[in-house]
Amino acid sequence: MTSLAINCRNLKKTYPSKPPVDAVQGIDLQVEVGECFGVLGPNGAGKTTTIEILEGLLKATSGEVEIFGLRWGKDDSEIRQRIGVSLQETVLSDDLTIYETIRLFRSFYKRALSVQQAIESVSLQAKSTARVSKLSGGQKQRLAVACAMVSNPELLFLDEPTTGLDPTSRREVWEIVNRLREDGRTVLLTTHYMDEAQRLCDRVAIFNEGKVIALGTPDQLIRSLEAQQIIKFSTASTHDTQQILEPTQALIAGCSQLPTVSNVELEGNQIRLACGQLHVVMPALVEVLRGEHMVLADLMTRAATLDDVFISLTGRRLNEDRKEA
Amino acid sequence: MSGSSENSSQPKAEAAGLKSLSKGMVAQPVIGSAIVTLIKTRLIEFTRKPAAVFWTYGFPLLMVIVLGWAFRAQPVEQLRVAVEDLPGQQRLVELLRPNEQLLVEVATHEVSIGLLRSGKVAAVLIPKAATASDSGEASFAQEPPLRSPVAEILVDFARPGSLMAQLTIQRQLQTAAGQQDVVPTVITKFDQPGSRYIDFLVPGLIGMSLLGGGMWGVGFAIVDMRIRKLLKRFLATPMRRSDFLLGVMISRLLFMLPEVAVMLFFTSVFFSVKVYGSWFAVAFLVLLGGVQFSGVGLLVASRAKSIETLSGLMNMVMLPMWTLCGIFFAYQKFPEFLHWPIRMLPLTPLLDSLRGVMLDGKSLPELWVEITLMTVWSVGTFVVALKIFRWND
Repeated sequence: MTSLAINCRNLKKTYPSKPPVDAVQGIDLQVEVGECFGVLGPNGAGKTTTIEILEGLLKATSGEVEIFGLRWGKDDSEIRQRIGVSLQETVLSDDLTIYETIRLFRSFYKRALSVQQAIESVSLQAKSTARVSKLSGGQKQRLAVACAMVSNPELLFLDEPTTGLDPTSRREVWEIVNRLREDGRTVLLTTHYMDEAQRLCDRVAIFNEGKVIALGTPDQLIRSLEAQQIIKFSTASTHDTQQILEPTQALIAGCSQLPTVSNVELEGNQIRLACGQLHVVMPALVEVLRGEHMVLADLMTRAATLDDVFISLTGRRLNEDRKEA
Repeated sequence: MSGSSENSSQPKAEAAGLKSLSKGMVAQPVIGSAIVTLIKTRLIEFTRKPAAVFWTYGFPLLMVIVLGWAFRAQPVEQLRVAVEDLPGQQRLVELLRPNEQLLVEVATHEVSIGLLRSGKVAAVLIPKAATASDSGEASFAQEPPLRSPVAEILVDFARPGSLMAQLTIQRQLQTAAGQQDVVPTVITKFDQPGSRYIDFLVPGLIGMSLLGGGMWGVGFAIVDMRIRKLLKRFLATPMRRSDFLLGVMISRLLFMLPEVAVMLFFTSVFFSVKVYGSWFAVAFLVLLGGVQFSGVGLLVASRAKSIETLSGLMNMVMLPMWTLCGIFFAYQKFPEFLHWPIRMLPLTPLLDSLRGVMLDGKSLPELWVEITLMTVWSVGTFVVALKIFRWND
């Protein structure tokens, strides 16, 4: 039996504002040593509050938290020697070089890697004398990881490590996270990007409104959906195939009757179907359209993702402002 | 990958090499203290911001230069005096003219009164005809003392300059008319600087600069770090909170020492400001003052979440001290009942003790009251700040 890096039972946090806000309403989380564990959920779901409590930055209202069997409030100093934290909103000092920044964080620990080793672990050797102000967003993020890494921690908390980064930088950071996993470190990753969670994490907990609404490996979660194929399409009239039509009630009703279809949603002028078997649904769909004197204007199909899991559980998208892939 | 200087084959090679490196990495014991690294880092950050360097060093110096020049000792203090344009004025002007201290001008009644009211002249003389027979041409020396006044001197007793003008005019008129001193005296010029306004002002400006530096140097830096979530990030490490606060305070002292040294050097060379006590005592007090105001800055910034809040708090703390504690004029000018609260404020003991050493040549043991007060402020502010400090919003 592997020991637990994080053991969190019935965690609750209420903010004493007027009216009081129940940010976290009874969370159970067990993260095993060596695991890369993802915490997925939209903004305001209670992810940040939970993680800050686990990191020792916030006090829980009630519940138990153990990090490697140690407790906050009792073994604070020891826990801090063994964890590394990278916070999303931290703005490091512009005028310091990479070397000087990491050196400062290094000085807080009893045992640590050399600054050079920390720099190498995130592939920033070429920039070690560069000032922070001259770094790209991705490089700054890697520097933040290096600062968390310098103490050679057993457990790393990475808070939204790729938010706001361009695709290339995101891939750079993913590569580093993979390296950390290969080392055997435990990583707790918070994100609101489902592709990141699917790609990097051994297990994922999906948060919504202060509770964990799903927990498992990405595969398990997707397979839990009855419908693992997504079809999105828009329609045009048979007379004028250039003109996109607004979906009618009849069309929507017809779609929901289709075999193996579990969910029908409207997204602008597009209809989104979640279904079990493409080869059964497609012909039937074309028939329905013909009955309504419509043709397919455009069509896209893809496999279900964690975003779809989230939609099926809550009716909302994980990341409201991002266009669906 | 990132910069244009790296070619595409590098990342792959790096990744392969790094995997094995990462596996071989072992943590070694960390030698050296966190406080020293914190101080080193603050110093580096400070010296890389040219604007900060100017405001910390250049600005106080600039102020000393400007104020010192404005208040420098004048060779002879001149008093402007107006004589109303009435019969007899010529004689009066002749009598007054030999005196170097008096600057005499003739003007109409309205203009003279206006000049006196606005403080542009120190006194106004109104010639009065001695008798009906003469128009002020009489020789005063030959006649017995006249009953009716020859001139009416208008004096504003609320202005020290005015009083001085009246006495000077009186003396000048009497001696010019031939008066002899009953008790002979001789006047010798006293030439040891120490009682000029600039001698009073320089310790005041040093105190003011320590106050401002402590508040802005420490306070601003901390609130800036809080806004950037850097304090929160530090909280997640084993860094000791007291180490951090001490590091900020000590860094502040290290910046401040050259600043004060330059000010003292400059004023002693260009304005002949002297230190009559020991230089060691001055250094000690400056250091203690620096520690004290770092503590005050720390306390003011301990919970502020924005620069606006911080500015408001700083003004609330600094402005009363600027007015009350004796930077530009002695606080004894305020009513009695305010004296002891003013003495409790941190700036007052600093200024009193600095002036005690620089102007009165006092020794440190003589200033134990002030030193105790400053120590209490230093320790008290640090302890309270540590307790109420906001690390995580």
